[in-house]
Amino acid sequence: MDFLNALVALANFVFIPAIAYGSQLALGALGVTLIYGILRFSNFAHGDTMAIGTMFTILVTWGLQALGVSFGPLPTALLAIPFGIVLTSLLVLGTDRLVYRFYREQKAKPVILVIVSMGVMFIYNGLTRLIIGPGDQNFADGERFLISARDFKTMTGLDEGLALKSTQAITVVVAILVVALLFWFLNHTRTGKSMRAYSDNEDLALLSGINPERVVMVTWIIVAALAVVAGTLYGLDKSFKPFTYFQILLPIFASAIVGGLGSPLGAIAGGFIIAFSEVGITYAWKKVLTYMLPESLEPSGLVQLLSTDYKFAVSFVILIIVLLFRPTGLFKGKSV
Amino acid sequence: MSGGPYDDRGNHDASITNPCGMAEDDPVHAGGHEHPAPGGPFLIGEAMTGGYGRGADILHSCTIAVDRGEIAVIVGPNGAGKSTAMKAVFGMLSLREGMVRLDGEDITELSPQARVRKGMGFVPQTHNIFTSMTVEENLEMGAFIRRDDISGTMEQVFDLFPILKDKRRQAAGELSGGQRQQVAVGRALMTKPKVLMLDEPTAGVSPIVMDELFDRIIEVARTGLPVLMVEQNARQALAIADKGYVLVQGRNAHTGTGKALLADDEVRRSFLGG
Repeated sequence: MDFLNALVALANFVFIPAIAYGSQLALGALGVTLIYGILRFSNFAHGDTMAIGTMFTILVTWGLQALGVSFGPLPTALLAIPFGIVLTSLLVLGTDRLVYRFYREQKAKPVILVIVSMGVMFIYNGLTRLIIGPGDQNFADGERFLISARDFKTMTGLDEGLALKSTQAITVVVAILVVALLFWFLNHTRTGKSMRAYSDNEDLALLSGINPERVVMVTWIIVAALAVVAGTLYGLDKSFKPFTYFQILLPIFASAIVGGLGSPLGAIAGGFIIAFSEVGITYAWKKVLTYMLPESLEPSGLVQLLSTDYKFAVSFVILIIVLLFRPTGLFKGKSV
Repeated sequence: MSGGPYDDRGNHDASITNPCGMAEDDPVHAGGHEHPAPGGPFLIGEAMTGGYGRGADILHSCTIAVDRGEIAVIVGPNGAGKSTAMKAVFGMLSLREGMVRLDGEDITELSPQARVRKGMGFVPQTHNIFTSMTVEENLEMGAFIRRDDISGTMEQVFDLFPILKDKRRQAAGELSGGQRQQVAVGRALMTKPKVLMLDEPTAGVSPIVMDELFDRIIEVARTGLPVLMVEQNARQALAIADKGYVLVQGRNAHTGTGKALLADDEVRRSFLGG
């Protein structure tokens, strides 16, 4: 019984939250890795693209709610995501037209674009705060739990409860769908293959008649879609606050680099590695250990390796370890 | 490399930028138009003068041409501007003077993509395959501009290079040097070009493979496809050439039929080692 309780506690406090968080990071890291692979720079504005995209989704959600539209037990935000994607695509395409394209035409080295993206980041950041404000916004509606802790206890008779929030389940399902769609697109469609070809060898892509501006445009649209989906899922699961989206940039980049920059598969693996490490290291293991260990060895402290305030340090440390020992990342991305 | 305000000043930190496969050329911008210019050979780069970016001229009033059913070969010492001349004909660098005509049209202002659509196929000297993609995907990308069924053309390429059929699911970057060149030529053939341009197709392959590649190129030319080719192995290349160009320092030094150039004493002494 104690063993089962330990497992349930582990699932409830570590496994399920980390899977959901990992899916969100993976979607974010996919966007970063696509920009890195195809447009060849690290897009520091990605966190704030997620923020502004989520903001669009929230505004549309509120509009839908005001109109009395609902999605049954599912959050209305899911209905608003397509609108968010369209608005965000228009925004990033506009940004590309106004800002990035100029530097492409000058044949600017990618490092210039990195700094440019930082400028874009500040603009998006400011826009988000101007429009929706810097505070917390809760926009989740619909059924809150798939399984609540109390139901689980009465169902199984265990002391520990297992809660599965509907947003967590939705996150995982949507992430799987989006990733499957993305991989199918990249590997089996003409446009997807032309994007890989452009990433592989720009000059030869040109010689094959591939239009670079079109590749760039499709990349931005896909990245915008990934950012909106990732941001909305994160916001549904936790809450929406512009600053947290700025902060999440670090674990997202850590995920992309750990997996191997430029490798979509790596971005997903990296997302889960970072999420599990972050949750595992900041979790107080006392409860699980109490169940598992004999009474004499029962821990007196919380057995929390790091306070949650320091969770970003986990990303940093993993990043440093990977850069020291496996600079190309787990899935052989570009050498860093 | 180029300097200027948008250079990275020697920063090569790959953790934030991805320089692999970046464009290096300075192609003619999209949006130009062709003009009718009847007469002359099928493809001609006439009195071409130009260089990379804002750098010095590499080509000085250089002319190369190929007509239907011919193999034209460009030879010359290292740094003579052979590859540059090929790139100029394909629009991979902007000309300062001179013009390029294809099939009775002035295409000087066309971008490389537009020239592909006009029926030009080009195999660059290096980086001429998509290393991370399979052989089959490389061929598909070659046929990117085509909207019709490409399976017939792909079969023709596989007939020409049977080894590629066996390796079609393998990443092209894993193949040997000779096989990679076959993929490169195959990729260019996939558009069903009206003229094929090859920049040192035998660079870095063993002599046996080289002979084999030459045979294949002759086979392609026999189908009536004009072939314009830069070649290091001057003697062998001139032997199969209908027309030969010897370039020196970006200028036409000698022009003639392949046989005439091979027989020319001065050409022999200066470029063919006696």
